[in-house]
Amino acid sequence: MALRDEPLTGARRGAAEWAGLAALGFIVLLIGGAIVGMALEGVRDPSGAGAAFDSYLLRVVRFTLLQATLSTLVSVLPAIAVARALSRHGAFRGRGIMLRLFSVPLALPPIVAALGILALYGRAGLFADLAAATGLGQWPSIYGLSGILTAHAFFNIPLAARLLLQALDTIPADHWRLASQLGMSPWSTFRFIEWPAMRAALPGVAGLVFMLCVTSFTIVLTLGGGPAATTLEVAIYQALRFDFDPARALILTVLQLGLTISVVFLLARLGANMSGEASISISRRRHAGAGRMETLFNAAVLGLAFIFVGAPIAAVVTAGLEADLARLLGEAAVRSALLTSLLLALVAAVLCSVLTYALVSGRMRLESGRRSAPAGLLERALDGGTSLVLVVPPIIIGAGWFLLLRRFADAFALAPVMVASVNAVMAIPFAVRAIRPAHDSAFDRHDRLCRQLGIRGLSRLRLVDWPVMRRPLATGFAFAMALSIGDLGVIALFGSEEVQTLPYLLLSRMSSYRTADAAGIALILAVFCFLLIMLAERLGGERR
Amino acid sequence: MRVSTLLTAAAFAAFAQTASAADTLTIYTYESFTAEWGPGPQVEKAFEAECGCDLKFVAVADGVALLNRVRLEGEETKADIVLGLDTNLMASAKATGLFAEHGIDMTGLKVPGGWSDDVFVPYDYGYFAVVYDTERMSSPPGSLKELVEGDADQKIVIQDPRTSTPGLGLLLWMKAVYGDKADEAWAKLSERVLTVTPGWSEAYGLFTSGEAPMVLSYTTSQAYHMIAEGSDRYQAASFSEGHYLQIELAALTKKGAANPLGEGFLTFMTGPAFQDVIPETNWMFPAGETDKPLDPAFSRLVEPQETLQIGAEEVEANRKAWVDEWLSAMSR
Repeated sequence: MALRDEPLTGARRGAAEWAGLAALGFIVLLIGGAIVGMALEGVRDPSGAGAAFDSYLLRVVRFTLLQATLSTLVSVLPAIAVARALSRHGAFRGRGIMLRLFSVPLALPPIVAALGILALYGRAGLFADLAAATGLGQWPSIYGLSGILTAHAFFNIPLAARLLLQALDTIPADHWRLASQLGMSPWSTFRFIEWPAMRAALPGVAGLVFMLCVTSFTIVLTLGGGPAATTLEVAIYQALRFDFDPARALILTVLQLGLTISVVFLLARLGANMSGEASISISRRRHAGAGRMETLFNAAVLGLAFIFVGAPIAAVVTAGLEADLARLLGEAAVRSALLTSLLLALVAAVLCSVLTYALVSGRMRLESGRRSAPAGLLERALDGGTSLVLVVPPIIIGAGWFLLLRRFADAFALAPVMVASVNAVMAIPFAVRAIRPAHDSAFDRHDRLCRQLGIRGLSRLRLVDWPVMRRPLATGFAFAMALSIGDLGVIALFGSEEVQTLPYLLLSRMSSYRTADAAGIALILAVFCFLLIMLAERLGGERR
Repeated sequence: MRVSTLLTAAAFAAFAQTASAADTLTIYTYESFTAEWGPGPQVEKAFEAECGCDLKFVAVADGVALLNRVRLEGEETKADIVLGLDTNLMASAKATGLFAEHGIDMTGLKVPGGWSDDVFVPYDYGYFAVVYDTERMSSPPGSLKELVEGDADQKIVIQDPRTSTPGLGLLLWMKAVYGDKADEAWAKLSERVLTVTPGWSEAYGLFTSGEAPMVLSYTTSQAYHMIAEGSDRYQAASFSEGHYLQIELAALTKKGAANPLGEGFLTFMTGPAFQDVIPETNWMFPAGETDKPLDPAFSRLVEPQETLQIGAEEVEANRKAWVDEWLSAMSR
């Protein structure tokens, strides 16, 4: 029992901590470098920074916070029901397809998703036609806050549901067995077993959704109905793109960061840390049987979610099928863009998975090393700090680095490297949420035993960590890939003749009247995203 | 391993760019110019045959991104020529001090309202117009006034002047017609605006998917639908107050002024070999003489009774105030 008194991961940092530090350093460098680049340019004419603060900015901030908060609520609350239903029914037909379908919105460029949503709820959409045909009168306009919330829910319900499901998967099988032995009602099961697991993950998931909605740009403008719906991101974009005022762009970015940090901090206080489960699972994973009423309820939840997410995707597919797909796939430009996108997604996903694993395992070792002492700054940075990269607009990272690099080198020649790195780092917040719950609960269960048995290094990775981490890693990898394949933000500024991805090509077709081609490319993008995710999850072991 | 492949590719690309700089002309332009169906490929072929040199296009998203790329690169830019700015970007482009005077003869140019500038040379022009869907709208507005005061159920999609060139175009059009009363007109028009998109493509996408019967675009949009799609469905409405003009421009950078091919290209650009290509690839009116007559579809387009334009300096000086005025009128 001497082991328990002697912290093995005490003052001396192990390899895992160093790897975590290195990954953190990479992220800090990527954001910091950009900010330094912007700041050096901004000090040449800092007048814009002060002029940024006016009553208009106040309105923008208010609207940004309002829409992001509401969007988070309408995304996360339904996602709790969806994740729970998915977790309760582990083996129904179509579950795998549904989960993969849930990754597709991530890869869709916002304007494509917006057109898909409008095909249903728009003025010329399915519901408007139905309302007119059945004499129910005029279908209410979607433009405004309702449009923004619908689109954000379309993007984020699937994301939040998948991440919460990941958290539910970490509930030890013994708990389920106990619940069924005690004959717990569905409500008690939710309250005592499922809710604690979700509550631990909820602040992180809600924070992620909040950040994604804060930075929403195309959706907010296009579906918002007018400039009253303007987010800070629009103001940043305007400052940098139209006015080329680095000082103002930077100060607005800092404001956006500050606001988000406060909200994420508040969210974190609402959550609770789940205490670790030190015992090793002896029961096989089995899902608690659901009663008939509950099954009906869950079927309704899943059916609604499937239609809500699936219908706009179906509209995208339908529009795409009208394009001349054979010709498109034969075009050299499309093929090379497809190849670029795939390569980029692959590189970014590999880099992202490695960085995320390093961050997650470094953090966990710090946590177990400190025992019950409060978390240190480094541990917090490894934990939530990395998410903040999402609130730094890609065009700021892009412009900042170019301003910095141009002093030393040909920045645009480095564009492919930059695009892959930025994509990898932007995907980390997603991957962390997919990987961390499984990693931490496995660590709690296995770490002490491994130390007692002296299993270390590669053999520990191969024998203990890899088998349990395989599936969550595959999910994280798939998220990263879907995000990078659909990336447009980074590409838009770095975009040069050397890095032309599918979304870039899609927008370029759209901007020269070729809407049918653009719809075809959107379909190709969605199909490849779906296939890649299927492949990633198969490689990760599909058994579930 | 794959990261290193990308690195190698990037390094190679950088090397390739410096190695063959001697008889190469590098032109920065926007994406749709160099697309397969754009003017780029034909222009490249024709100019390379004439000069016996290598013409290299580098494409970015659009005109604003073009100016920003040059700003980002500063003195180290590889561009000899920047092609694709417009009259509204001219003042900010000049202020960068990165462009040089051209010294070419511009007497053959036939831009509405005439043209004289030491730095910028026009290569095509177009008029902003409200394009409408004839299947959804039988009587389009006949003037900006009718657009502003018409049936609020007949919606229009416009672009945001904070992020888009046509969006700024409509702002200036309203200013040119309504002057000091522009804010009242915007407040009235806002009831008719379905939504304000960040760029032209989103607006046009909403329009063609049937969300609104009108969109802000160009008179030449109609020519695309007639010639490339053989359809008369989408037409531009003729406004009695006149239409706002957009002129697309090219200029030599300071680096390009030292390249003997630079001025040669600008002269070539104003001649028929270049101008013949423009109408049916860039869907704009040629700014210089063409050898071939334009497709008859072009003669069916709206011919503005008056050409509206606000000087580049005046636009630059007032843009912020006018956008603020637009914001408060539209947010009412």
